[in-house]
Amino acid sequence: MLAFWSQLHPLVQGLIKGLAVIAVIFPLAGASSLAERKVSAWMQGRPGPNRAMVPWIAWIPFLSTFLRRLGLFHLLADGGKLLFKEEPVPGHVNRLYFVLAPVIAMMPAFTTVTVVPFGAYLDGAGRTVPLALASVDVGLLAVFAVSSLGVYSVILAGWASNSKYPFLGGVRASAQLISYELSLTLAVIPVFLWVNAPGTAGTLSLARVVEFQSQPGFWGGLWFVFVMPVSAFVFLVSLFAETNRQPFDMPESEADLVGGFHTEFGAFKWSLFFVAEYSHMLIGSGVFILLFLGGWNPLPWVSLADLVGAAHHLTGAAWVVHPAVVGVISIVIFLAKVIAMIFFFMWVRWTLPRFRYDQVMKLGWQKLLPLAIANLIVYALAIAVLQKPV
Amino acid sequence: MATEFSYPDSAAKAGPELETEKLSLSMGPSHPSTHGVLRLQLELDGEVVTKCEPIIGYLHRGDEKIAENMTYNQFVPYTDRLDYIAPLANNMAYAIAVEKLAKLEVPARCQAIRVLTAELARISSHLLGLGAFGIDTGAWTVFMYTFTEREKLYRLFEELTGARFTTSYSRIGGVARDIPEGWLGRVNAFCDQFLPILEEILSLLTRNKIFMDRTVGIGVISKEDAIAYGLTGPNLRGSGVGLDLRKDRPYSGYEQYEFDVPVGTTGDSYDRYLVRGEEMRQSVRIIRQVIARFPDGLWYAGDAKRIFAPPKDKVLTSMEELIQNFMLVTEGPLMPAGEVYFEAENPKGVLGFYVVSKGGGVPWRLKIRAPSFCNLSILPKLCVGAMVSDVVAILGSLDFVMGECDR
Repeated sequence: MLAFWSQLHPLVQGLIKGLAVIAVIFPLAGASSLAERKVSAWMQGRPGPNRAMVPWIAWIPFLSTFLRRLGLFHLLADGGKLLFKEEPVPGHVNRLYFVLAPVIAMMPAFTTVTVVPFGAYLDGAGRTVPLALASVDVGLLAVFAVSSLGVYSVILAGWASNSKYPFLGGVRASAQLISYELSLTLAVIPVFLWVNAPGTAGTLSLARVVEFQSQPGFWGGLWFVFVMPVSAFVFLVSLFAETNRQPFDMPESEADLVGGFHTEFGAFKWSLFFVAEYSHMLIGSGVFILLFLGGWNPLPWVSLADLVGAAHHLTGAAWVVHPAVVGVISIVIFLAKVIAMIFFFMWVRWTLPRFRYDQVMKLGWQKLLPLAIANLIVYALAIAVLQKPV
Repeated sequence: MATEFSYPDSAAKAGPELETEKLSLSMGPSHPSTHGVLRLQLELDGEVVTKCEPIIGYLHRGDEKIAENMTYNQFVPYTDRLDYIAPLANNMAYAIAVEKLAKLEVPARCQAIRVLTAELARISSHLLGLGAFGIDTGAWTVFMYTFTEREKLYRLFEELTGARFTTSYSRIGGVARDIPEGWLGRVNAFCDQFLPILEEILSLLTRNKIFMDRTVGIGVISKEDAIAYGLTGPNLRGSGVGLDLRKDRPYSGYEQYEFDVPVGTTGDSYDRYLVRGEEMRQSVRIIRQVIARFPDGLWYAGDAKRIFAPPKDKVLTSMEELIQNFMLVTEGPLMPAGEVYFEAENPKGVLGFYVVSKGGGVPWRLKIRAPSFCNLSILPKLCVGAMVSDVVAILGSLDFVMGECDR
């Protein structure tokens, strides 16, 4: 299987990987939007979406009622509706950029997925090999570089709409995204200072951070959220701002800007923005988990290798350590953490009110950025003093 | 981006150097935060409002003129559509105004029913105001919580009046029907379960840092301004003026009940929010007192035979009542000539009815003093210097209804 894969032309490999990304992220983002509706309903004491049904499944007695209540088929209904709806393009827009904006929104969202490792397997020698579509050594830098391009789509959408509410939304978005990018980046520098001890080969690879969090010993197995809580906090808050989630959803704050930058968009173009937003959330949660929550390690001080080893020891079955099984286990653990993070995003969204635009900027520049800088200095000094041997 | 609207003052101010172009923004009439069909023509400098001009009338139906063409009782359904969030309170205010014209006293039971329904309507109205304020500041869940409670109130209203929303409950000289069996117990049960939920809803916002950032010091109305612009209701009391007609000029037996009138200190959006929260607690207090000493007797003025329709079973069996009913339906309740002005403390503020009669069953002129209309008059002053998001918070805190404002 692996041999067959590696003999394929690199171009074909890339194409298959790209399709895999779309095939995974699109349904995941769709599922997130359904989850958003269900979670909000749950918090607000409503039943939530519970109507859509597919004819053939409706004939199964009890399962159909359960699935209907779960609202599972709203996923299909929503997608189908958005696909087949009329595509309105208002007369006053700049047509080229108007159509281009959702496309540009999708590109960084999908591109960043490729460099985020999402699981691992153990090779013959017992070493953990990370699973990623493209294992780039610059890892995090690539994520930041590409995902920050997402702001262009918002600006473009706001500008091309040639209408006042989207324009204000676009202006807010660009200022907000640029401001919080600084804190986001500064928050992760301590992590990499810690990981890259002097004398070792420096790397920005996300997989290396996870590997670092799965070492034996008290300090080795400790997740970074415990080692540097301030970094984790600043990163998380910036993540909320970067993904335009409440309480930072300035660009589309529906109370004053109607729909913000996507006011003039409808049907599938609008849903592309939606998918892009959820993709950013998924990727952001993924990066947060890799950096601070131990990636695919099930618990602090219990690494994936420990878990698999224990399972192998208990059952004695050889298939437990098969790379494919370990890979699936690691992906399940990672996805479970991502889903928990997504739930956290939704929890916050449906609980908190929204900031005002200038308050968001004040928070970013006057509170988070100094905090991130102070945090960086403290950790840099601490690491230098400790001369931490690895 | 070119501006379609140009304002003379911005054109005059435009100097040759470094004068930024102002953006005119039309907020409404269909905008999620203008609560109906209010339209604000804003002039923005960046995100800061430099000028605000409310444009009203999108919901004008000519209610006052309509009143001149129908009998007094026929106009009751139109009062539902004034402040359609609290129709029971409007019904009551209108009925009392006309009864005052007829110099008619309604029995104690009728007064108690009216007070009870008006206070339930106040809770319903403030719940919606609170929930909508929540949405305006981005707290959606608060809205859903308050709506669950309003749904329970609507069930009670439906049981009492037959309608959930537009109740048309009052008649001149009484109410449409007596309270159903066991209804008071259910109202009491509602109050019992409502208070803890109200605390929960308020606790979502009251000490919430983001909510306070959005509302404290935003849309400050000074005491003098509040009086000068004719603000009433929670908006006036939020500014620290303790005017409450239920206390100052009691009607319908409000003097028997003990309740406090909450007043704010600074007059900002946050104070108005707090006043509404406390008023709901006080309403529950009043409702409990009404239920505790609910009077027996007739629920309509039985002696006013030319004003209140006789019972239906009598109409079908007795000649005198049949004629009485016929006269009432065709001519309307007979009123003496004269004029009267009555105002009641409604959830949104002071709702006044000025009725001029030249005798007969139809008013010669009916003028409605709508609290939302007066409350909105301060907007041009209030919004200047605020940011676009603040305008939304201010609108939410003023808690207006366009059905009443435009009439």
